[in-house]
Formats: sequence, C-alpha cells, structure tokens
Amino acid sequence: MTGRPPLSSRLLCGAAGVAGLFCVMELAGRSGLIDPIVFPLASTVVSRAAALAADGEFLADVASTLGAWAAGLLIAVLVAVPTGFLLGTLPRVEAALRPVLEFLRPIPSVALIPLALLLFSDRFDMKVAVIVYAAWWPVLINTMYGLKDVDPLAKETLRSFGFGRMAVLWRVSLPSTAPFIATGVRLAAAIALILAISAELLAGGASGIGTFIIEAGGSPDALEYIIAATLWAGVIGVVSNGLFTLAERRLFHWHLARTEGAR
Amino acid sequence: MGAVMRFLRAAGRLWLVPVVLVAWEVATRMAEDIFFPPPTTIAARMHELWFSGPAQQLWLTEGALDNIPTSLGRIFAGWLLAGVIGTALGIMLGRSERFSQFVDPLIQFGRAIPPPALLPFFLALFAVGAQMQIATIVFGIIWPILLNAGDGARHVDRLHLETAAAFGLSRGQRLTRVILPSAMPKIFAGLRLSLSLALILMVISELVGSTNGIGFQLLDAQRSYDYPGVWGSIVLLGVLGYLLNAAFLAAERRILSWHRTANQTT
Amino acid sequence: MLEISNLTHTYGSGPGAHHALGGIDLRVTQGELVCIVGPSGCGKSTLLRSIAGLLKPTGGTITLGGTPVDRTPDDLAVVFQDYSRSLFPWMSVADNVALPLRRKGMDRGRRRAAAEEALEQVGLAGASGKYPWQLSGGMQQRVSIARALAYRPSLMLMDEPFGSVDAQTREDLEDLTLRVRNHHNMTILLITHDIDESVYVGDRVVVLAKAPATVVGDLRVDLPGPRDQITTRENPAFVHLRAEVGRLVRGMRSHPAAAS
Repeated sequence: MTGRPPLSSRLLCGAAGVAGLFCVMELAGRSGLIDPIVFPLASTVVSRAAALAADGEFLADVASTLGAWAAGLLIAVLVAVPTGFLLGTLPRVEAALRPVLEFLRPIPSVALIPLALLLFSDRFDMKVAVIVYAAWWPVLINTMYGLKDVDPLAKETLRSFGFGRMAVLWRVSLPSTAPFIATGVRLAAAIALILAISAELLAGGASGIGTFIIEAGGSPDALEYIIAATLWAGVIGVVSNGLFTLAERRLFHWHLARTEGAR
Repeated sequence: MGAVMRFLRAAGRLWLVPVVLVAWEVATRMAEDIFFPPPTTIAARMHELWFSGPAQQLWLTEGALDNIPTSLGRIFAGWLLAGVIGTALGIMLGRSERFSQFVDPLIQFGRAIPPPALLPFFLALFAVGAQMQIATIVFGIIWPILLNAGDGARHVDRLHLETAAAFGLSRGQRLTRVILPSAMPKIFAGLRLSLSLALILMVISELVGSTNGIGFQLLDAQRSYDYPGVWGSIVLLGVLGYLLNAAFLAAERRILSWHRTANQTT
Repeated sequence: MLEISNLTHTYGSGPGAHHALGGIDLRVTQGELVCIVGPSGCGKSTLLRSIAGLLKPTGGTITLGGTPVDRTPDDLAVVFQDYSRSLFPWMSVADNVALPLRRKGMDRGRRRAAAEEALEQVGLAGASGKYPWQLSGGMQQRVSIARALAYRPSLMLMDEPFGSVDAQTREDLEDLTLRVRNHHNMTILLITHDIDESVYVGDRVVVLAKAPATVVGDLRVDLPGPRDQITTRENPAFVHLRAEVGRLVRGMRSHPAAAS
C-alpha cells in the first residue's frame, strides 16, 4: 500500500480516460469500424456541441427547460418540506396518510405526462406541474426520514430549559433535519430534469432541450444535433449535481464530520 | 381470533383509503368534469380494457395479454442486462483504484445525462421496437447498480480478504465467494432503485416510440380523449410499480437473510 | 520447519516511519507449539502477517519447510482473533469450513466429510447447517479452528485466538487447542498477550520486546502432561515460569536462577 494517490493523478487519469474514449470513437469512425452515418464522428459531435453553445435558439431552449426545472423544484420544496414536518411531528396523521402515500408513490411520474397534457393548456405550466409531482417525493421522504433521526436527547435538553414545542422544532428539529432535506433536494433536482425533458419530448411545440432534440430528428444530420444536445443535457446534470453537492458540503460540514466520525 | 385481530388492525391502519376513495367519487360526481372521472368509472374502464376476458385466460383480455407482458418483458430484460453489466463493471471499478480513476469522469457524466434525452438517439440507432426501449432502460438504470457494486466491492472487510488469502483461495474463488457476496447488500440496494427507474423509462420509451405496451395504450387513450382510459392506465402502472417493489423486497429478504441477521447480532 | 532470520519491517518512511520489527530470529521445529508473547502494540501481528505471506517484510527471510515465503504458503492456516469478521456470514458453518478445501482439489463429498469431521473434533457436530452469526462467540471461534484443522496445514498460525471470548470459554478453547494438537501432531504458532495462556499451552514461550520487536527471551516449558486448568496452574514450575515471562514482558532483566 502506497497510500492514496494525489489529487493531480486523479485529474490526470480522468482527463486521460475522457481523451482516450474520444480518440477511440474518432478512430473507429475514421477507420470505418463504425459507419459515420450511423454514428457521427466524435470530433463532429464536439464541434457541433460547441456551435450550439453560441446558437441563440438552442440557448432559449435551455433557458426554458431550466426555468421550468427551477420553478418546479422550488414549488416542490416549498410544499414538501412543510408537509414532511407536519407528517413527521404528527404520528397519527402520518399513520393515517401512509397507506395513501404508499399507493401513490409507485406510480411512475412520467405516466402523468399524458394526463397533464390534457389538463393544462399551457405547455410550461404542464411541465412545471409534472416536475412538482415527481420532485415532491424525494424531498418529502428525506424530510420525514431526517426528522426520525433527530436526537431525542437534544430535544429533551431544550425542553428541560423550558422551551416550547415550536422552539424545539425551530432550534433542534429543523437544523438537524436540514442535511437530509438537502439530500432530498439534490435527488429531486435530477428527477426534475428527467421529467422536464420527458415532458418536452412528448409535448412538442413548446421550447426546451427535449423539444430541440425531437425537432432535430427531421434534419439530415439529425444524429449530430441529437448527440450534441444530449451532451449539453449531461453537462447541465453534472453542473447541477456538483453545485448541490458543493452547497451541501459547505452548509452541512458539521453533519458530515459527525457521520464520518461515527463510522 | 388472531386473524380477526390482524384484520381489524389492518383495517385500522387503512381506514383513510376508502374515505379518500369515497370523497373522490362524490367530488368528481358533483363536479362532472370530464377530465376527472369518478373512481368507479375508472375501475369500470380498467375492467373493460384488461380484466373482462374469458375465464380460461384468467379473465385477462386480448388487450391485457398483448400489452402487459410486453411491457414487463422490456422492464425485466433491461433490468437483468443492466444488473449483469453494472455488477461486473462495478466490481472492476471497486477492485481497481487505477481503472476507477480513468473512467470516473465518464461515469459521472453518463449518470448525469437525463435518460429520456437519449431516446431520440436510440430511436435513430435502432428504430421503433424492443431494442430501442431496452437500450434506453439499460443506459438509464445502470448507474445506481454500477456505483453501488463499486462501493460494495471497494469496502470488503479487510479480514475477509486476508482470510481468503491465508487459505490460498484463487482469484476466481475470491471474487465469487468473498467479494461478490459481501458487495451483495449494496448491489441489491442499487437493483431496487433501478427497478423503479426501469418502470419509469419503460413508460417514457413506450410513450415516445412504440406500437404496443402499457405506455402505448396510455398514449392511445390520451389521443382518443378516453379520459377514464388515461386514468386507468396510470392506476395500472401504479399497481405494477407497487407489485414489482413488493416482489423485490420479498426476494431480497430471502436472499440476504444473512445480512440482516448478521448485522443485528454483531 | 519454520525459520525466520533477521526479519525487519517498517511502516512508512522518513521521520514518521514506524519500525515494527527490529530483526527477529526464530526457529520452530516440527510438532512444536510455540507461543509468542509481548506487550500490546509490539509487532506480534506484523510478525504473524509476515509469516502468513499477507505482508511483505522490508528485510530478512522466512522459510517454511525449506521454501522461502514470498506469498501465502500452501499448507498454512490462520485462526484470527476477530472470528465474526473472519468467518463469512453469507455461508453456513459447514461451507465456511469446507471453503479452503477447494484449493486441495477435493470433490464435494470429500470436502463435506472433512468439514463434518473437523467440526466434530471441535465439539460442533450438530452445527454444520447453521450460520456463524447464529452461534455464540466461543462457538464461532471453534468454527475457525475447525476450518484450520480441516485444511490439515503443516503450520497453524493463531493470532490472539481467544482474545475476544469470556474467561470460561477461553479455558475450554485452550484445552481444545492442546487436544487437537496432540491428535494431529501439528505445528502451531500462537500469538497472545496473555502470559498465563502462553505458559499453559506452549511448549516454548518466545517473548518479544516493545516495538521495534526483538526476541528478548525464549523459554522451554517443561510441564507434566496432560495439562489441566487447575493442577497445571498450581504447579510450582508453572508459577515460576509465569513470573519469569512476566518479568521479560515488562522489560526487566531475567531472574538469575531461571537463566541458569
């Protein structure tokens, strides 16, 4: 054992891995191993993706997707966190509602898109609605789970100093549940993106990355556009996931230190 | 006596379900909104669509026999394929720090791509059909299995490995008898997550490009403004999701009984 | 059969390096039961792991039966202290015992029979279908001993084998070790921090000094057999040896009477 390799080696190896895949794909295309008609050259895709970054129409699509995504996520969090607290602090209500939730939860959220298409005449509202429904679950479940994890001793300590229920909720339960809520929001963000793009694929007509991809299907070099746009969808996913993870580490380093230390 | 008590206790837990159903029924009947059919109408439509067949077909209709097994087949094919590939790759990643360093950015990127975005790509590559749907499912659900298997294989108890080494187990034996079983609980956690993801991707892939399956029926109902049919398809998918998860949990309890009990006692 | 000469091991390098072994010389002959005692953290486990080929020492040589140890030797079995982690929880007791026998190319039936026989020898005839975690700590350690026995090694290494069980079980397991040793005429190297135990089970007690470990004492235990938990421990020779080992472990000079 020589210990952990330094960070630079991680970066270097990772970059080499990406470059390696790029070269393999490029060579396979150029040597005819993969027909460039069936699967475009890696260099073509990358240059197309670069061109898209300066394409006003595509950027408008990205903005539309991100707008619905952010709005849906925000509403979901605003609804799910209070609901989670309500259910988490009122065990009777939770016991009564649990079976209803258990029946609703397994419904695949994308199945609601056709229904939402009928119910909402505005495409943007429709997107936001299905995103809210899908993003609601992970936030709710993580909130309830986090509340169960609150140290009873911490609550009793505050109680023994004469603080009331609300004070305990505000000073102990909320801060110690916050890291769990954050995890829920990070998961919900990924699901929200899936729903946004699914809705755009099915709805058509409106703007969005999914719409862009589906509409590119008509042009002769469709695949180049499709893969390039998909790459950007991946970049959005990586960036959002990275930002959420970073925010979690920043805000809740005390939580990480505690759980890692306990291991 | 015990059965009665159990029934009463279950009834006590589930009392809100009939209340909600009745309230929904009353509200929808009063509102008379065609977008929101009453539950009884939905149930009748579901019966008509899928469960009014002859007795020798277990009361399943042609529509049910054509579409439900097709959809389930796609889920399972994608899930099994993702399970095998994801576990194999994940264990390689977990046992080789080097390899994992090289491909980590690729995995992080692949995992971040929203799988539906790939549908048009697979559609262009394979045309409409099971191949395209299975490819979408595999690509979308492989990540939790891969990452969990990697995590499990990376954190095999050192003493387990040393014991295996001290008794001179071969590489293959170490893999199948020690590394794989001890990563199994993690792999199962990944498999469970991907099963529900597989359902979602099955639906979206059938909505986008298919000529059969439950998702296609849902789309068909939507296009013909058959509102009870839309609601019924959603309910059917919910029931399927519930059953899949329940079946998986039962299987996991059997297969990983050592894990649960071993961790309780030590 | 086991020869160790000038064995050294250092963890890390530079000023932060930890010198665990500082030149160990040891010979063990066929059929001997040698106990290695030393204060905790003196490098006993490093020594054992080097002999088992689990760790590459930084200097010196180890030969087992004439061949140098550079990887895990074929006919060697280890009983670890932490039985709960050394037995595989996903396998039944019989499968745990039979697993290493695959390496010997035995077929399924013979593996099964050998496992049953070994389990019977450690007094666990009825437990083969159970899982390790269904057994008490002492019984689990019996399973690890059975696993080592079934393997029929020429050398059995035991790393603090009775360190995690209660006092009564510990005595039972000590007697079990002596019994199976006599039955198979096996060579055993047992590592312990318990001075009483080392004198009670050992033919020889080798005392290691604090890290970097070196051999500071090598005493022959000449106690009448068969040994017995009550009478052997009352024997004046036992009491004397125990005091002698105790002094060596604490770093005091050997008593002149014993050295002569």
